[in-house]
Amino acid sequence: MSPEAYLILSAIIFSIGAMGVMLRRNAIVAFMSVELMLNAGNLAFVSASNTWGNLTGQVSAFFVMVIAACEVVIGLAIIVTIFRSRRSASVDEPSLLRW
Amino acid sequence: MNFEPLVFWISGIFSVVGALGMLISKKAVHSALFVAFTMLNLAVLYAVQSAPFLAVSQVVVYTGAVMMLFLFVLMMVGVDSADSLIEDIKGQRVLAILGGVGLIAFFIFLTGGSIYRTVVGTQNVDATYGGNLQGLAALMFGRYVIIFEATAALLITAVLGAMILTHRERIRPKKTQGQMAKELFSKGDYKGPLPPPGVFARHNSVDTPALLPDGSIAKNSLPDPLVARGDISPVDYDDLAEVQIISEGLGLVSDSETEEDK
Repeated sequence: MSPEAYLILSAIIFSIGAMGVMLRRNAIVAFMSVELMLNAGNLAFVSASNTWGNLTGQVSAFFVMVIAACEVVIGLAIIVTIFRSRRSASVDEPSLLRW
Repeated sequence: MNFEPLVFWISGIFSVVGALGMLISKKAVHSALFVAFTMLNLAVLYAVQSAPFLAVSQVVVYTGAVMMLFLFVLMMVGVDSADSLIEDIKGQRVLAILGGVGLIAFFIFLTGGSIYRTVVGTQNVDATYGGNLQGLAALMFGRYVIIFEATAALLITAVLGAMILTHRERIRPKKTQGQMAKELFSKGDYKGPLPPPGVFARHNSVDTPALLPDGSIAKNSLPDPLVARGDISPVDYDDLAEVQIISEGLGLVSDSETEEDK
């Protein structure tokens, strides 16, 4: 397969993830969309690694995975804390900073 | 025969379907399962692009750990927390979809035809190190060892952060079991076991009321449905007296007799 096909697939998944962040109100689903975007980035890394015959892309994808795991841990902890105090996981409700 | 295009088309279409499913499914649990599906398909795509280690760690880390953590938090936060469909910002949904489509178009414009390179493949690099895993290890513990150490620090920090964020300070001391029992019974309504129906030698049905020491009926010894129907058998005080006489006639020691003996 040509590398463009993988890059375009990665772009499509990334954009769907971005749409998910913009559209979904549930904080957990928005967070899943962020994960999807990171995965799309990983796919681009891996296909670049394959295209250029260089393992650095795979190492980068691995580090992205580690960082995504950290991010999930912290993000879900924040969501649980907000849910505990506000009884809601909607991203629209904690709008106290607005006024 | 080269299977890569076939695998690409199947897994690629599946992963896009999974991503769209995450976008449009109402329930958060369904979204999580769709994302897990997408990630599995991406693992297949890694495997077909000569990255077996990443494919395995994609399955283990993402579908195994991350998505299960998501499902765990979904269980805690409430599975049925569906999205509200009211738009807070006017036209936000249309704008977001337009932005997403624009993003896809932009990326395709950016990548389309820009790479004239033929795919080299990592088999040569893998061969110099003796395999994909060995090559990754050589890079990770060689050239990128500082970044590797930094990710270790990051993981530790994340663990500490999660612990601090979810830690709840106890404001008042925890109640002991004794305090809880006292609280329960000081409210006035009786929480202990109810008295059983008064079953005597001549009756063995539950509609026989239990009698208190003064001879009155213990109300809560009767089943509520029977009381509601009025199916309570009346207390036959003559019978009770007869029982008393028989028991005394059989020579059982009664209070009055012992007093007389003295």
